[in-house]
Amino acid sequence: MNIGWYLAVSTIIFAIGAAGVLTKRNALVILLCLELMLNAANLALVAFSRMWGNGDGQIFAIIVMVVAACEVTVGLGLIVAIHRRGLAVDADELSELHG
Amino acid sequence: MTPLIFFIASIGAIAGAIGVIALRNPFYGVLSLVGHLLCLAALFLLLHAEFLAAAQVIVYAGGVMVLYVFVVAYVGGSGESLGASHGWLRVLTPVFVGVLLLELMVATLGSGLKAVGTEGADIQASFGSPAEIGELLLTRFLFPFEVASLLLLVAAIGAVGLARRRSGFTVGDAPLDAAARSASPPKGSGTMAEAAGDRPVFGGKVGDQ
Repeated sequence: MNIGWYLAVSTIIFAIGAAGVLTKRNALVILLCLELMLNAANLALVAFSRMWGNGDGQIFAIIVMVVAACEVTVGLGLIVAIHRRGLAVDADELSELHG
Repeated sequence: MTPLIFFIASIGAIAGAIGVIALRNPFYGVLSLVGHLLCLAALFLLLHAEFLAAAQVIVYAGGVMVLYVFVVAYVGGSGESLGASHGWLRVLTPVFVGVLLLELMVATLGSGLKAVGTEGADIQASFGSPAEIGELLLTRFLFPFEVASLLLLVAAIGAVGLARRRSGFTVGDAPLDAAARSASPPKGSGTMAEAAGDRPVFGGKVGDQ
């Protein structure tokens, strides 16, 4: 398969993730859509790594996975903390810092 | 054979991604994301990234998604009240996403890189194997590797602090700790004391039964 096909799939997944981040209000689902976007970027990195026949892109993808795991732990910790305080996990209602 | 696997895996990945944003219940969204990740691992295998595919399945589908399932179960899938956002955002989002998709397609496929239209460079059999990844991580990319481990440590400590019992990182919360220790846990929370039988279990003393 041509590398272009993989890039097209990665582009579509990234656009879907962006749509989810923009439209969803539940903070959990926004985190899920962020995962989608990170995974789309990973797929593009691995495709480029295959294109050049060079392993550097795969290392980059592993680092992206590490950053995604960190983001998930901190994000889910925030959601649990918000829920413990009795607030709704709603990105539109949590607007106290909105100037 | 390769095109068949590619199309099945990519259709599965895109369907999983659509499922994440289309399903109202966050729990089903997480399950859909697990399917998406498994299909993505198949695509990684087609790209000769064996180690990355295994890491994707074990770390993402196995570890991170379990964390998500736990938090969804804890917070509760309040999907019906948390639908889409304001009206104008609903109208504007498809336009924005369409433009983004078009632009990314132009950027990646119309980039003028000749190799995009090929199957990639010639590679050795060891490409993407754990041995090669490990060698790269411990020689050329040693510094990013160490920074990544530090980042994981910071994130773990931060998550523990955020999800603590009351108010996160506060100094001098010894009274809170004492109060939390003396308060009896909720019934049926599976403590050792309940198992031993010296505490009320599910609405009644053990001796009453």
